[in-house]
Amino acid sequence: MALSPAWAGWLAVLGILSILWYLAGEYRWLTQYPQDWIIPLRYWISDFMRWLVREASFGLFTFRELTRAFAWLLDIPLQACLHLLAHGIVLPLGEGGLRLPPLPWIGVLSAMVYLAWRVGDRGLVILVGCSFGYLVLFGQWQSAMVTLSSILVAVPLGVVAGAGLGILAYRHRSVEKAITPILDLMQTVPVFAYLVPVLFLFGFGPVSAMIATIIYAMPPMVRVTLLALKTAPVEITEFGRMAGCTSRQLMWKILLPASRHSLMVGVNQVIMLSLNMVIIASMIGAGGLGHDVLTALRRLAIGSGLEAGLAITLLAISLDRLSKATAEYQAKPARLRGRRGPLASVSIGVGMIAILAASYLVGTAMPSLAVFPQQFAVSTGPFWDELVRLVNIHLYDYLDAFKSTLLIYVLIPIKRALMEAPWPGVALLVGFAGWRLGGPRLAVVVTLLVLFIAITGNWRNAMISVYLCGISVIIATAIGIPVGILGASSERMHRLVQAIVDTLQTLPSFVYLIPVVMLFQVGEFSAIIAIVLYALAPAIRYTDHGLRGVSPEIIEAARMSGCRPWQTLAKVRLPLAMPAIMLGVNQTIMMALSMLVITALVGTNDLGQEVYIALTRADIGHGIVAGVCVAFIAIVADRLIGAWADRRKRLLGLT
Amino acid sequence: MKEPKLSCRNVWKLFGSGGQAFLTEHGHAPSPDDVARAGHIAAVRDASFDVHVGEIFVIMGLSGSGKSTIVRCMSRLIEPTAGEILLDGQNLLACSEDELIELRRHKMGMVFQHFALLPHLTVLSNVAFPLEIQGMDRARRETRAREVIELVGLKGREDYFPRELSGGQQQRVGIARSLAVEPEIWFLDEPFSALDPLIRREMQDEFLRLQQLLNKTIVFITHDFDEAIRLADRIAIMKDGEIVQIGKPEELVIKPATDYVAEFTRGVTRAKVMTAATVMSPAQSDVSFGGDVAPGARIAEIAGRIIHDDKPYAVRDSDGHLLGQLDREAIINVLADEG
Repeated sequence: MALSPAWAGWLAVLGILSILWYLAGEYRWLTQYPQDWIIPLRYWISDFMRWLVREASFGLFTFRELTRAFAWLLDIPLQACLHLLAHGIVLPLGEGGLRLPPLPWIGVLSAMVYLAWRVGDRGLVILVGCSFGYLVLFGQWQSAMVTLSSILVAVPLGVVAGAGLGILAYRHRSVEKAITPILDLMQTVPVFAYLVPVLFLFGFGPVSAMIATIIYAMPPMVRVTLLALKTAPVEITEFGRMAGCTSRQLMWKILLPASRHSLMVGVNQVIMLSLNMVIIASMIGAGGLGHDVLTALRRLAIGSGLEAGLAITLLAISLDRLSKATAEYQAKPARLRGRRGPLASVSIGVGMIAILAASYLVGTAMPSLAVFPQQFAVSTGPFWDELVRLVNIHLYDYLDAFKSTLLIYVLIPIKRALMEAPWPGVALLVGFAGWRLGGPRLAVVVTLLVLFIAITGNWRNAMISVYLCGISVIIATAIGIPVGILGASSERMHRLVQAIVDTLQTLPSFVYLIPVVMLFQVGEFSAIIAIVLYALAPAIRYTDHGLRGVSPEIIEAARMSGCRPWQTLAKVRLPLAMPAIMLGVNQTIMMALSMLVITALVGTNDLGQEVYIALTRADIGHGIVAGVCVAFIAIVADRLIGAWADRRKRLLGLT
Repeated sequence: MKEPKLSCRNVWKLFGSGGQAFLTEHGHAPSPDDVARAGHIAAVRDASFDVHVGEIFVIMGLSGSGKSTIVRCMSRLIEPTAGEILLDGQNLLACSEDELIELRRHKMGMVFQHFALLPHLTVLSNVAFPLEIQGMDRARRETRAREVIELVGLKGREDYFPRELSGGQQQRVGIARSLAVEPEIWFLDEPFSALDPLIRREMQDEFLRLQQLLNKTIVFITHDFDEAIRLADRIAIMKDGEIVQIGKPEELVIKPATDYVAEFTRGVTRAKVMTAATVMSPAQSDVSFGGDVAPGARIAEIAGRIIHDDKPYAVRDSDGHLLGQLDREAIINVLADEG
């Protein structure tokens, strides 16, 4: 049989790659990009930032004054929230000032439960009650209120700014074209990388942390807004124009309200991402629960880290469910909301304020009620610490044997091989894949991205990232796809799997580190396990979703042709679901890369570590360049898989 | 003759860039081959027709024939590539954006195939929406909205949301909304196509009832030939962007201009299309008539009465003038003459 040109091409490329690999022993420059050839991009960036901060001026005011003014402005609502919820305020009245306490815990707790009761069902009331109860009982209240304050300010700002940008992009094609690549980059650049410039421009403190949170949480809102506006039914827009709407009326009275469900998804995303950012933001001074987790993790105080981590998780789940329930409640026809009718939303707000005000008055009158008595606070910290000690004493041999076997026979050989990967060969392979999957344009783009990593001098670190990420993704898909298949097998399994995936996705990424470090100490092995856990969810979700999406008619046709269940699965459902599954794998890669950087905290030697080091040294140029390299790895993977899935979908006629 | 309310003059719509230059180059008469070679898609080719005051003008065509495009050109939802759209003699294509908004606010109403109701508003607010846009105060616009809601038979559903209504009810809301501003021209873009056959029939009756009350100038788009002959005063048949024939339903049936039109009319029951005026013979002076029929009455509606009567029937216009007579044989001929 004659070899098709495509296969011949693949063989040739792989041949060249292996030759280069073999030659690498001979010529070191093939694997270690020569120092002299490196473009000092990182220094250029650092110099530019230094110039920006020290010298740049707009005539009337300097750049630095501008950023400081901006920070000052954002600080006002944040301080207001902090005073109200966490610290109280000292008014300059009378002798020594008049100290007004913050809102008492009982008031905030009751107001949240009241909200849950009005908008949701009994389950939500129990969830919110227990979560906030946990914060009180386990002595997390003070920190939690600090965190909640920054969320309360960051979320509305992120939503408004994101929606505004989305609207602007919808109105002007040029804006859309300009921000799409920036959004792509922002969602793939590891968070640490833009902590550095934020730190540089706005200093260390809660405001900078909040700015970083907003920057991190905003992109999905922009995307969701743009998508929602673009996919609004054409007829609705046409109706608006026929009714004689001006373009402003069309936007505010028709398009935005008509796509409010999609917009709520964006709001929800902003809330979840803001909470995800809590721990990371504490590296540049956010304080609160994130700070507690971070210090605990650094001291390896597993118990208290776990408690604070759980507090963040409960806060995240409560706010997530509350915001969803509120959105659903507002979508419900007024007739069905009970006797209060259209004023129901207002009455909920009034009710919450009344509860807070009443509790505040009672709390001020009887200060003993306002503070939860310390002696009632519970801590399980010592228990966990003891457990870890026990595990390490009694199970150490087994865990260590497991870890060492994997390391010696699987992980380290793979790592060695990748470390020896010749950069020209890899660039060629990636370029060829791009050409085959998406044409010349894609080929050029991905090759340039790979070369960028080499010429900025990050090749070896990048290869370690690829190794860590690759192994994790393989393990995650090996677990995730079968679980997804299981989930698609019956309605009950589907609900179970859905619940697991939802929980996995609500947990802030840092929380995954805690139990892993408990069992396997710091190191690459722990990193891989944490990445797998974090990146598992999309593989499961997309597999389940893809298999369920296969048209029932086709499945009936397969069954009528006499397929056994496994034949239906292997020969009909899986091939048809493959594009969806691959998009899940793609998401898994993205999440693995974003987790990769966080695992730098438990000691890896890859690009993530470089970014983290840059953060601690405030080395802007290095941080950004290494961060962009991570993003480029992500983009290369994303574009190649995306091109494959597109082609496959077109072949299957699924688009 | 009735005066035209809305006219299309040599309207072209080409999709693809550089359409105008292309048309000028070919003297506004490119052949289909020219268009295809230049990579354009001609959704509307050289369409010219008048819509008269108070008539129901139906544009009928299969999917892709350009009927939706042309109705959107008439309201400038889509910008025509060339031609003129005259509303009361004023060229719409020369209007500024502000003038256009004014025209749409006060003179035009449109009903959409998939209703295009605003999901976040109640029935009442949906119907009042075009008035709200104009800046009318709440009390006045809601009074007006309640009137039209009652007119379309939805009284009592004012506080419902669109998704709580059936398809037929939703389209009643769409109709009420388009009538709220008392438009002079009423565009209906396949308004009943998304409905079940039984409901569709009911809505057609409802539509005819409303038109008797309101006497609007109507442009009605459909892909259903039966619907077209049921509702139309005149029908324009479109194929591949071109208007193939314009005429009264019976003209299309009796004298189809092309094989394409004949294909549509072949299955049509003639008695449902032909009117008394076409079938009647000159009145003889010495007969006694069994009764009177209007000249516009369709044969199917009056056949039963005439066949069961010994005497011929008089065809009289609304002033009572005798125009002709209809006897049993003529009716039977029509009924028997089925393809």
